[in-house]
Amino acid sequence: MAVFGGRRGDDNPALPPGQHLTASFPVLSAGPTPSIDTEDWEFFIQTETGQTHRWNWDKFLALPSEDITVDIHCVTSWSKFGTRWRGVSLDTLFSEVETGFDFVMAHSYGGYTTNLPRQELLDGKAWIAYEYGGSELDPEHGGPARLLVPHLYFWKSAKWVRGLVMQSEDNPGFWEEYGYNLHGDPWREERYS
Amino acid sequence: MTSQAVGWLTGSLTSAHPLTAAARSTTLTVPGWPGNDAGQHVDVRLTAPDGYQAVRSYSIASAGPGEEIELAIDRLPDGEVSPFLVDDLELGDTVELRGPLGGWFVWRPEQTQPVQLIAGGSGVVPFVAMTRAHASVGSTVPMQLLYSLRTPEDAFFRDELSQPTATVRTTWHYTGAVPPGWSRSAGRLTVEDLQRETLPPEKAPLTYICGPTGFVEAVSRALISLGHAPDAIRTERFGGT
Amino acid sequence: MDHLDGNVLAGPTTDLFAFEPTTAQGQCRSCADIAALGQAMVYGQPMGFVARCRNCDNVLLVVVEHAGQKSLNMRGLRWLRVADPVEHNRI
Repeated sequence: MAVFGGRRGDDNPALPPGQHLTASFPVLSAGPTPSIDTEDWEFFIQTETGQTHRWNWDKFLALPSEDITVDIHCVTSWSKFGTRWRGVSLDTLFSEVETGFDFVMAHSYGGYTTNLPRQELLDGKAWIAYEYGGSELDPEHGGPARLLVPHLYFWKSAKWVRGLVMQSEDNPGFWEEYGYNLHGDPWREERYS
Repeated sequence: MTSQAVGWLTGSLTSAHPLTAAARSTTLTVPGWPGNDAGQHVDVRLTAPDGYQAVRSYSIASAGPGEEIELAIDRLPDGEVSPFLVDDLELGDTVELRGPLGGWFVWRPEQTQPVQLIAGGSGVVPFVAMTRAHASVGSTVPMQLLYSLRTPEDAFFRDELSQPTATVRTTWHYTGAVPPGWSRSAGRLTVEDLQRETLPPEKAPLTYICGPTGFVEAVSRALISLGHAPDAIRTERFGGT
Repeated sequence: MDHLDGNVLAGPTTDLFAFEPTTAQGQCRSCADIAALGQAMVYGQPMGFVARCRNCDNVLLVVVEHAGQKSLNMRGLRWLRVADPVEHNRI
C-alpha cells in the first residue's frame, strides 16, 4: 500500500514545526496584482490623533536602508531560507511617530489588510522592503514595496503596503477575520485562532 | 443526479494505465457515488499517517450513472498530490473524495446550443467526459473540440478522440513540436487559428475553455475580440499546486 | 497571481449550501454586475477561497476551511438567486 507523506517531514532544526523547505518562491495573493507607479506611491502611518505621516517614493528612498537576509515561513507550509531584501526599518519610520496605541492595521493597495502588535514591528524585526535578491521588488511579490515581518507567518508581510493605521485593539485583518491567528508565530505554530 | 453525496466518500483504485509519460488514467470505485454530469470535478483528499491532509480538485473524464469514475491526472513537477496519484497509488489503495462538484462548467444532454470545446494541455479532461456523454446519448447537437497541446506525445485519449465513429470532431493544434508531415508549424493559438477552427459567433455556440490560466485568458480574450458574447464563454482555469 | 474560476468553490461550499452554488446567479454589491458564481475569479488558495467580481474585482465571497471548521462571508453579494434544483435532478 502506498503511504502519502506530503511535502513535510524535514528534520532541519531551522524549520518551524509543520514546515517544508522550498527553493522556489510561491505566490499567494487574495486578489489581483495592483499596478502601482512609484510616482503615485506613498506610504503613511496614521495615529489616533488623526495625524498622518507620509512618505512619497523619493522621500522614502532617502531614508537610511539596510540589507536584510532572513528565512521566511508561509502558513501554507513552505519555508524559504536566506531570502535577501533591502528596505527601510520600521524603527526608522516610527521614529517620528508618537502614538499610545499598541496595535497596527497594515493596509495595502488593492484593499488587503493584516493586523500586528506594534512591538512586532520595532527593534529591528520589520521593514518596508523594496528590493529582493538585488533587484527591484517584482509586483507579483509585492512591489514596489511590501511589509517584511519575517519572524511571523508571511501573510503578515503585506504586499503592496500603503500604510499603517494605529489601533487601540488587535482588530483582525483580512485573513485573521476568517480564523487565521491574530499573532501568527511560526515557531509556536500559530496558524489558526 | 448532480446532487452531491454528503461529506467525504472513500474510493479505491480499481484500474490504471499511463496516458503519457507524465500522466495516468486512474479509475476509482466509489461506493455511494451518485453518478456525475460531464464536466464536473471532484476533490481528492489524501491523509498522511500523522494526520496531515492535502486536498486537490480534479476534473472527471467519465460521465453518467454508476459508482466508477475515471480521473486523468497529470504529474506536476513540484506537485504534492499529483506525483503520489500518478506514481505511487496502487490498485486497491484508497483515497477520500468529495463530489461530484460544480454545475457551471458542465454539458447536459438537454442543452440545445452548438458547442465548441477548447482545451489547453490536460484541460482536455472535462471535454473527454463531454464527448463521451454526447456519444452515449446520441446527441445531434453540433459539438467540436479544438485541442491545443505542446507535442504529439502529450496527447490524452488520442485514439478515442480520433476514432472515425467519434460524434465530436477534434482539431489538433501543437504549440511546441508537430508530428511528421504536419502541414502547420508549431506555435501558440492565434486569433486567426481560432477564427478558422472554432464555431463563429453567428452560430451562437456555447464555448467552453479549459486549461492553464494564461491559455484560458488568451483564448477567451481572442474569442471576445471575434465577437463572442462573454456570457457565451465558460472557463475553467487550473492552478499549479 | 494566477486566479481560478468560481467552479472551484463547489467543493469548499458543498456542505454549507443545500444548492449547487456555482450555477447560482448573484449581484455584485459594488458594480451591480450579475453573474453565476462559477464566473467569479477565485484567489487566495491555498489559504482560502476569495471569489471576486469578474467585472470590478470586488470581493463577493470568502470561504476558509481548516480543522473541521468553515468560515463564510458573502458581504460583497447583494443577492443570490438559486434555480429550482428539480430541473437538474437527472443525468
